[in-house]
Amino acid sequence: MVNTYFKNWCDKKSKGLFSQPKLKNRTNFYRTMSVLVNKDSKVIVQGFTGSEGSFHAGQMMEYGTQVVGGVTPGKGGQTHLGKPVFNTVANAVKEVGADVSIIFVPPAFAADAIMEAAEAGIKVIITITEGIPVKDMIMVKEYLADKDCTMVGPNCPGVMTAGEAKVGIMPGFIFSKGRIGVVSKSGTLTYEAVDQLTKAGLGQSTAIGIGGDPIIGTSMQDAVELLLNDPETDGVVMIGEIGGSMEPDAAKWIKASGSKKPVVGFIAGETAPAGRTMGHAGAIVGGSDDTAQAKKKIMSECGIHVVDSPAQIGAKMAELLG
Amino acid sequence: MNLHEYQGKEILASYGVGIQRGIVASTPEEAVAAAEKLNADTGTSWWVVKAQVHAGGRGKGGGVKLAKSLDEVKSIASDIIGMQLVTPQTSAEGKLVHQVLVAEDVYYPGESETSEIYMSVLLNRATGRNMIMYSTEGGMDIEAVAENTPHLIFTEEVDFKVGLQGFQARKIAFNLGLSGKAFKEMCKFVVSLYNAYDGIDASLFEINPVLKTSDDKIIAVDAKVSLDDSGLFRHKDYAELRDKREEDPIDVEAGDAGLNFVNLDGNVGCMVNGAGLAMATMDIIKMAGGNPANFLDVGGTADAARVEKAFRIILQDDKVEAILVNIFGGIVRCDRVAQGVIDAYKNIGNIKVPIIVRLQGTNAIEAKKMIDESGLEVHSAVVLQEAADKVKELVG
Repeated sequence: MVNTYFKNWCDKKSKGLFSQPKLKNRTNFYRTMSVLVNKDSKVIVQGFTGSEGSFHAGQMMEYGTQVVGGVTPGKGGQTHLGKPVFNTVANAVKEVGADVSIIFVPPAFAADAIMEAAEAGIKVIITITEGIPVKDMIMVKEYLADKDCTMVGPNCPGVMTAGEAKVGIMPGFIFSKGRIGVVSKSGTLTYEAVDQLTKAGLGQSTAIGIGGDPIIGTSMQDAVELLLNDPETDGVVMIGEIGGSMEPDAAKWIKASGSKKPVVGFIAGETAPAGRTMGHAGAIVGGSDDTAQAKKKIMSECGIHVVDSPAQIGAKMAELLG
Repeated sequence: MNLHEYQGKEILASYGVGIQRGIVASTPEEAVAAAEKLNADTGTSWWVVKAQVHAGGRGKGGGVKLAKSLDEVKSIASDIIGMQLVTPQTSAEGKLVHQVLVAEDVYYPGESETSEIYMSVLLNRATGRNMIMYSTEGGMDIEAVAENTPHLIFTEEVDFKVGLQGFQARKIAFNLGLSGKAFKEMCKFVVSLYNAYDGIDASLFEINPVLKTSDDKIIAVDAKVSLDDSGLFRHKDYAELRDKREEDPIDVEAGDAGLNFVNLDGNVGCMVNGAGLAMATMDIIKMAGGNPANFLDVGGTADAARVEKAFRIILQDDKVEAILVNIFGGIVRCDRVAQGVIDAYKNIGNIKVPIIVRLQGTNAIEAKKMIDESGLEVHSAVVLQEAADKVKELVG
């Protein structure tokens, strides 16, 4: 009897019938603590033995992140930074139970690395690599559509749950455990907001760097949704920039959700000239709807507290929660 | 990376896309030789002489002209080559024309009326898929069409897994009101155009106009082709097509030094790490009463050599009245950046504009102390608001 039950359970599991619902349908009930990564996350580093991968893996371990190993094809069986190196992500999942991966693989091979992680059953894939061809990301997006995983990035600073896990390249020392979530397209602007929140005595729950590329795995709306649904988050800072429509989309979702948690917003690039790419491949003003002014207007209309200067992010949140 | 019309057309033709044939020329004599060769190859006895610059609206600025004889080809080519072409998409000074494309005349009379179609291929960022955008209103400013008659613009999205399908090409040709031979030609045109886009890692194709000729051929009369810079490693041959003469020389110099730089018109230069913070710093300059003179992302390793190069590039612009350095040191240590600023300042010597250095993050306090004790004309700040206030004090 028990055996039959167990067999059925295994069958269902192998068919993915127990898999998490897609991001858009997710609610809090199964998520006990924090967003995307926490102290129990078992992290592997793809591109582990490269210089970037090595450096940041060391930094993540120093912060207390549970790095369980890394993947460098052809170097399986070796030990690096005191952790096992695997030839494939599947081996890492099997041997050390990895459920989160961070990718530092060079642009030409990054799409392949992301798909390998998804295929191996990694639940949260965080891609730091900058300069992945758009065509590759179109392919990755299609490939991940029916996979049970969340991809963050590429071209992003990663995800950090203060006091628990750093899965990215953010400087750990500016964070302090608190109850404000941060979502941003930009690395250093995230640090700016995090630093202000720390100095305002608010701290952070989780900071998600979603990346500045035209195609990214987790949209601003996805990230905002995760944070607003997180019982450990009391307010959200949302930092965007010119180009695309992610910030207005997220703003409209926030309004429709009826969430009472305060959201402070900033859009970089009010002074950027039209038609020029400003550093991030996605940061280009194409029409009248993706300018900083247009985005700020929509965000304000949706009840987001928009600040004109990035120097005011922390103070604004403190004022709203004070 | 943007390509010239003639380069874009050559690539399209290599994928089987019908084009208006032409030959590029750098002198009036070459233009005449090109016209003669086109006459022999295609039978055309009229020619269109088109300025080759990276800007749209060339016709409006006098950069596209019809020549009805070889003499006219020569005189028009000598007028256009070397001119400063001003179009709605260039600055007031315009762009220097180095080359012309001598092209066959495709508006010849025949059995049916010619018609002009608009077609582009680009990424739909909302869905993460490529799409073909097209309209019967070709040859016009597409932004105006979108504004005034949005129902005349159609889009067709492509599923990456299977690529552009035949039924989609037919739908496009039907929506464009084509029939008979022109319908079949359009189906072929759309498929080869999409294959070209996909094959070369393009980020934008804009063909305006696509022409239905009087004998029902479908050809690209113009071609705006942009390539995805991140995909260029797969296309070394296309990477060589870059024409640096079309770019701002300062932008090129900065790019060669590994700095991400865009030259602007304002009076306050800035040097920042990270693209988002760089844009935000430009906004802060504006709010403080100044105008940003540039966008500059020095990247993750703001070492002395890069800081010095960045200073030198910013200082080439004599409109610059002050420079704001805004570095958030995460992995990069602020004291190293401070040392870089001090060394660069001493190496360059004779910097006449005030410099505000805001360093925040790892070792920020030590860094501020180093700047303050260096004895240089450098104002230091740690908090972003302080830096903004200093900009206001100096130029506001």
